[in-house]
Amino acid sequence: MEYIVLLFSEIYKILYVLIPVLVSVAMIVWLDRRIWAFVQKRRGPNVVGPFGLFQTLADALKYIFKEIIIPASSNKIIFILAPIVTMTLALIAWAVIPFSEDYVLADINVGILYIFAISSLGVYGIIMGGWASNSKYPFLGSIRSAAQMVSYEVSIGVIIINVLLCVGSLNLSDIVLAQEKIWFVIPLFPMFVIFFISSLAETNRPPFDLPEAEAELVAGYQTEYSGMMYAMFWLGEYANILLMCALGSILFLGGWLAPMNIPLFDIVPPPVWLILKILFLFVLFALIKAIVPRYRYDQLMRLGWKVFLPFSLIWVVLTSGYLLYFDLLPVY
Amino acid sequence: MLAHAIFFYFFSFVAIISAIMVTASKNTVHSVFFLILDFISISCLFIMIGAEFLGMIMLIVYVGAVAVLFLFVVMMLNVAQQKNQWFKSSETSTHIPVGLIVSLIIFFELIIVIGGWKYKPDIIKNFSDSLISNSTNTHTIGSVLYTEYIHLFQISGMILLVAMIGAIVLTFRKREGVKRQNYFSQISREKNQGVELVEVKSNEGVKIDV
Repeated sequence: MEYIVLLFSEIYKILYVLIPVLVSVAMIVWLDRRIWAFVQKRRGPNVVGPFGLFQTLADALKYIFKEIIIPASSNKIIFILAPIVTMTLALIAWAVIPFSEDYVLADINVGILYIFAISSLGVYGIIMGGWASNSKYPFLGSIRSAAQMVSYEVSIGVIIINVLLCVGSLNLSDIVLAQEKIWFVIPLFPMFVIFFISSLAETNRPPFDLPEAEAELVAGYQTEYSGMMYAMFWLGEYANILLMCALGSILFLGGWLAPMNIPLFDIVPPPVWLILKILFLFVLFALIKAIVPRYRYDQLMRLGWKVFLPFSLIWVVLTSGYLLYFDLLPVY
Repeated sequence: MLAHAIFFYFFSFVAIISAIMVTASKNTVHSVFFLILDFISISCLFIMIGAEFLGMIMLIVYVGAVAVLFLFVVMMLNVAQQKNQWFKSSETSTHIPVGLIVSLIIFFELIIVIGGWKYKPDIIKNFSDSLISNSTNTHTIGSVLYTEYIHLFQISGMILLVAMIGAIVLTFRKREGVKRQNYFSQISREKNQGVELVEVKSNEGVKIDV
């Protein structure tokens, strides 16, 4: 009996995080298209529902009723597994995101490492999809994407080390609470910029969307997918984007903390602050999609390995030297 | 505790089955995928015995980086189509003694580990007494790794560096006639270097110098 009660309470808690995430993924797709349209002086989706808000739901319905085509020469098990892996990995990382001091599903000690590990697993969905399709364009797209994601993960890891040096803990709630006096975006501003650009590359967003560069590769690793399986790739991608925005706002923008310690700001519940910060970062993502042209592949690799990695390594030395000299290292 | 035990045995079962499948499956790419499953279930086992830092590092390093390279190599070499011809004749199967030697070494190492357990049963207790019990995994590893074992840590870092430089030296070849792009010259190109305004006379055309 105890087990059953525990099970249902855990399921309730999981749904309490999962359903808002899924709904916000749908809304964020709409927002992305809308912002993209406004930058290009178009209207974007504005027909279904008020301001076109239900456009994504209509799209999802359409995808559900479409036929799923599995290519005859594909490796069927891996072909079907790939979108499932992408979607699952994009959603399970939300388990450790703290929405407020006590609103977090799993407050584990190595929260940031968990997110880093899950996002490094994300590459498998893409590789599996590209390889199992048994076709040129998906394979080329997945190879590109894997190389890109592995390279940019390195610089994201080094940037995370910068933040951890200032915090002294791998727990995400501790990282947020360490920013009560000052958000890390101010002392570590260059790292914030690099983290933002690396997360663009990590989520295969423009200007780094080479895996699905439609001029060269049709649709990259998604070329052979149709119906609900395509929609799952697409939902996983947007859930990953939201996750990177959430990670950016937790690491640098103070998570659920209000911008200033003014009593007026206390009225707003903490999760709203986190959501506002995620939205701010997402609007930046969408604007960059609209205004920046796509990188060439060698430029992308050069930026990751020759610019971001050395710069963030130097910054690790600077940060630790500063903290050591002024005796600010957090000691537990 | 029951749920803990069930999950522990589940992950161990998956780890062993997938380790067998790595060697048993005919498609090489499938082998690599089973290897990844093996890594993941072993890191789950690490987490279940309370070593969450090691489990996460295992996921990041092995699954996130090493296995991706494995997959790359296996997919690029197109070994999936190759038939397994190793065991057909005694001349081609020269790898069997090497494999036997390696597996014998691993077997004796296992015996040494288990034997050490038998001779010093309180070795774990001695270790855990010297550590602070209420700090997290990460702090404990850090406090030992960078103080007592700093020389070993530095030496392993040096070995990795040497291996990296060696790999670069082995694969780096200077080839003639390769066109490379120079970013500074590309960015610093001005309009008057790129475009030229020419008066074209009729029936003569323009000579374009490349």
